[in-house]
Amino acid sequence: MKKANFKKIAVDGVVAQNPTLKLVLGTCPTLALTTMAMNGIGMGAAVTFVLICSNVLISLLRSVIPNQVRIPAFVLIIATFVTIVRLVMDKLLPDLYESLGLYLPLIVVNCIILARAESFASKNGVLASAADGLFMGLGFTLALTLMGAVREILGAGAIFGIVLWDFQIGFFASSSGAFFTYGVFIAVFSLCQSLIQKKRAKKEYQLSMASQTLDKVCATDEEVK
Amino acid sequence: MAEFIMIIVSAVFINNFVVVQFLGICPFLGVSKDFKSALGMGLAVTFVMTITCLITYPIYVYVLTPLKIEFLEIIVFIFVIASIVQMIEMALKKFSPSLYNAMGIYLPLITTNCAVLGVAELVIDEAQMISLLGISSMNMGVAVLYGLFAGLGFTLAIVIMSGLREKITRLPINKHLKGFPIAMIAACFIAMAFFVFSV
Repeated sequence: MKKANFKKIAVDGVVAQNPTLKLVLGTCPTLALTTMAMNGIGMGAAVTFVLICSNVLISLLRSVIPNQVRIPAFVLIIATFVTIVRLVMDKLLPDLYESLGLYLPLIVVNCIILARAESFASKNGVLASAADGLFMGLGFTLALTLMGAVREILGAGAIFGIVLWDFQIGFFASSSGAFFTYGVFIAVFSLCQSLIQKKRAKKEYQLSMASQTLDKVCATDEEVK
Repeated sequence: MAEFIMIIVSAVFINNFVVVQFLGICPFLGVSKDFKSALGMGLAVTFVMTITCLITYPIYVYVLTPLKIEFLEIIVFIFVIASIVQMIEMALKKFSPSLYNAMGIYLPLITTNCAVLGVAELVIDEAQMISLLGISSMNMGVAVLYGLFAGLGFTLAIVIMSGLREKITRLPINKHLKGFPIAMIAACFIAMAFFVFSV
């Protein structure tokens, strides 16, 4: 069995293949729940939990589930974990349960979870799948919380429910503001990524040039000797 | 009659599924590149949403509630939706190949469309439906009507979006804004237009 590359899984999940900003999956809760930063953390935690559990179970069962019925089997596994999250959250965190509302049961049809089950957990080992679930969930949580913070600061003049100032731009709290903020976030993320890539390419170029000159120097050194 | 009109206006415009309630965003962004496929997707979703309401509402009210197993609703609903979609696909293939060719490729995608599970979850929440539609009580007829017109609201939004995107693709746009970001910003203006209805 090939060894799982955990560093790559972590970087992919949180940054390089960020489910919200790069793959643009699970858009419905992202748009609907980012009016408050706290919602991002709550939704992120729920999705991360479901993602880890379903990835582990699907990875364990990957040799048992026949290929033809894998999608219904995955959906059933995911639906079971969502039901667990829903019952637990209703009991322990009723306020958060209220604010997530309809979007909590809709985790079942969140494309992130089915996409990871299909493209990762059904092909990889248990530990790697658990790590993939954790970091993909973290990437989702981070993106949602960040976007929620921006919209809460601009739209409600507060952060995590703490009022900062008495200045509000209603646009960012409305549904059109959700689309606008998400669009700008994806564009900025793609811009940052291409800048980093350019920088890295430049660095590699310089390194290769440096090693070439070093080789030349060594060669001339030997000739002199 | 007033209630009937209220349901239509509320489902199609005031509480539009896509731009106000953020349900079914994935097909809204994914299948809105040209007018024809947007219309096909919209009508397929409308069809499935109506039938879903027709089946899940009685299941919840007459089976799950009397047996006190409401917590199983998510699992039951997703299975009902998956089977409905599968059955519609088989029926279309058998009886109307031309319709199947037009709608067929969108049908498998509909199972994981949150608009469908969303409407099934929404119509069983009686308190929310009453505040949303301004009606006196919830029943089977209202549930099915709501499913139908919420689906038509989805179709309206996705068709408007496809028109905008057909124009956008011809414009010179910064490469980082191309694709999803500019589609989101276009959606932002559609949302603004729909916002007028709720003021």
